[in-house]
Amino acid sequence: MTMRHPPLSDAALGIWPAYRRDVYGILVVFAASIAGYFMFPDSLALLTRIVSIALLVLSLDLVVGFCGVATLGHAALYGIGAYAAGIVCLRAGITDPFLLVTIGAGAGAGAGLVMGAVLLRTHGLPQLVLSIAFVQLVQEGANKASAYTGGSDGLAGMMPAPIFGMFAFDLWGRSAYLFAIFLLVVVLAILAVVARSPFAMLCRGAKEDPVRVEALGVSIRPVLLRMYAISGAIAGVGGALGMLATQVVGLDGVSFELSANSLVMLALGGVGSLYGALGGTVAFMMVEHMVAAINPFHWMTVIGGLMIGVVLVAPRGLAGGLDDLQRRMFGRNSETRR
Amino acid sequence: MITFFSIAVDAVAYGMALFIICIGLSLMMGLMRVVNLAHGAFAMIGGYLASYATMQLGFGYFAGIALAVLGTVLIALPLEPLLYRRIYGKPELMQVLMTVGIAFAAIGIVNYLMGPTLKTIPLPPILATPVDIGFRNIAGHRLFVIASGIVVVAALWIAIEYTVLGVKLRAAIEKPDMARALGVRTSAYFLGCYVVATALAAFGGAVGAEFLPIEPFYALRYIVTFLVVVSVGGAGSILGSLFACLLLGAIDVTGRYLVPDFGNFFFYLSVILVIFAYPNGLMGRAR
Repeated sequence: MTMRHPPLSDAALGIWPAYRRDVYGILVVFAASIAGYFMFPDSLALLTRIVSIALLVLSLDLVVGFCGVATLGHAALYGIGAYAAGIVCLRAGITDPFLLVTIGAGAGAGAGLVMGAVLLRTHGLPQLVLSIAFVQLVQEGANKASAYTGGSDGLAGMMPAPIFGMFAFDLWGRSAYLFAIFLLVVVLAILAVVARSPFAMLCRGAKEDPVRVEALGVSIRPVLLRMYAISGAIAGVGGALGMLATQVVGLDGVSFELSANSLVMLALGGVGSLYGALGGTVAFMMVEHMVAAINPFHWMTVIGGLMIGVVLVAPRGLAGGLDDLQRRMFGRNSETRR
Repeated sequence: MITFFSIAVDAVAYGMALFIICIGLSLMMGLMRVVNLAHGAFAMIGGYLASYATMQLGFGYFAGIALAVLGTVLIALPLEPLLYRRIYGKPELMQVLMTVGIAFAAIGIVNYLMGPTLKTIPLPPILATPVDIGFRNIAGHRLFVIASGIVVVAALWIAIEYTVLGVKLRAAIEKPDMARALGVRTSAYFLGCYVVATALAAFGGAVGAEFLPIEPFYALRYIVTFLVVVSVGGAGSILGSLFACLLLGAIDVTGRYLVPDFGNFFFYLSVILVIFAYPNGLMGRAR
């Protein structure tokens, strides 16, 4: 920037580099996903699943990183999105993928409102237990309502229509993966805007110092509840994507295990950073894929060690670790992320 | 009436087994403020060691359990200064992450060493035979579990409420700085609390193996139940935990006998309602 330009206001100076960073970030994610398409043409199903879970982890980041909610039950929203899309596809004959994703998002948002209303009443341990009880309750409900959900057999036989009527969900998962990339980029763009909005700052403020924010005349719960609904919508998109890609919805989509794993992925990547959430998911699922192929129980040991290591060495996750590294190498304050 | 009685005995015995395991978790969460999701792993290790000592090494039931408690404490002891001390006072997320990691690693290692099959702890003749208590016969093992639970309640209650040790422990937890200034070695008391919690977990895992079968996924499968018990009872409250264990044990066992189709649905629904109404647990201290 030279002196000849008219002086920019402080706000514009502060915001534009931030958005530029997001644009670059999304471009990098997009390029990496496209590269994955050409580099691993035989594992597109795995890549699609990674994107689907990444959406769940991103949505978890919104409630953990921005609202400070401790939850071990976030997969409930993912699974509800998947079941809603699957049931509508089977029963109502709606097969358009975009419409199904929208339905998944709506169901997730509704479930997010309910879950938020339950969880936001308490803090700490009771909140954690409430979240576990919530996901177990949803799983039990899905198991019992077998007329709609297929119970423990799961829901199968969905036949989503081709995307734009042209690209069918084929056996190789090509169109599913490209559809997944499209969803991921759209969600990232939305989240980049949300994360910089005054609304998200208010959520962070409420997380850091609820008393002071209340004193400013803001009633906290509706604000956090709104964030929970956004988070639920994104988790629902992830669930609907999983349904479209595999054409199966199972009880494991609403499980405590998936909830716990997604929290691990988030912490691994770095809480409060959208790209950290992405990186954590990719790292976790790649290691899982490789080690679990050898022996699923070695996988448990490895991931357990990984989790302990993250807490001891990089409490702010991969993203936090990279930030520190950048600061040390370039000697300047990179943008503060939390 | 006969059904009612046998359900009641089973429910009380199951509740007591739960209590022996959960009270350690309750102490760690209520007194030390550590969300220890690896607690189930310690109970599992206790069960495995007891099974190994009785089946492979040929020890008796009671000696096997004693060895299991000792062994579990020895395994858990180095973890306190190495791992747990780093998460005291840290955000819940960090505690959850570290302790779930310990549980995961325990599952993987236990499966590697002992295999994925169910392990049993054979009962000695004195516990395997029914005991006549006048108007009915009760399985000896059930009686033993109930008696153990009562002893644990009494011992903990007296130790925490009425001994100098208990006073100093409570001081170290309530106001660590002040306690240190008065010459209480707080880190030693934290370590002691951790050891007692682990020993109780191992004991409960071994005597409760009839109710909660010993297998590698034990560590995660039952931690949800344990957490529910602790938060319903109120973390740190001995009587609250006892009450919650008996109540939830009764709901669980009765439900399984009478309405097996409903599964856990009403169990978790009632948990949500209780926590909704009493966020600090039925007998928890308000924070």
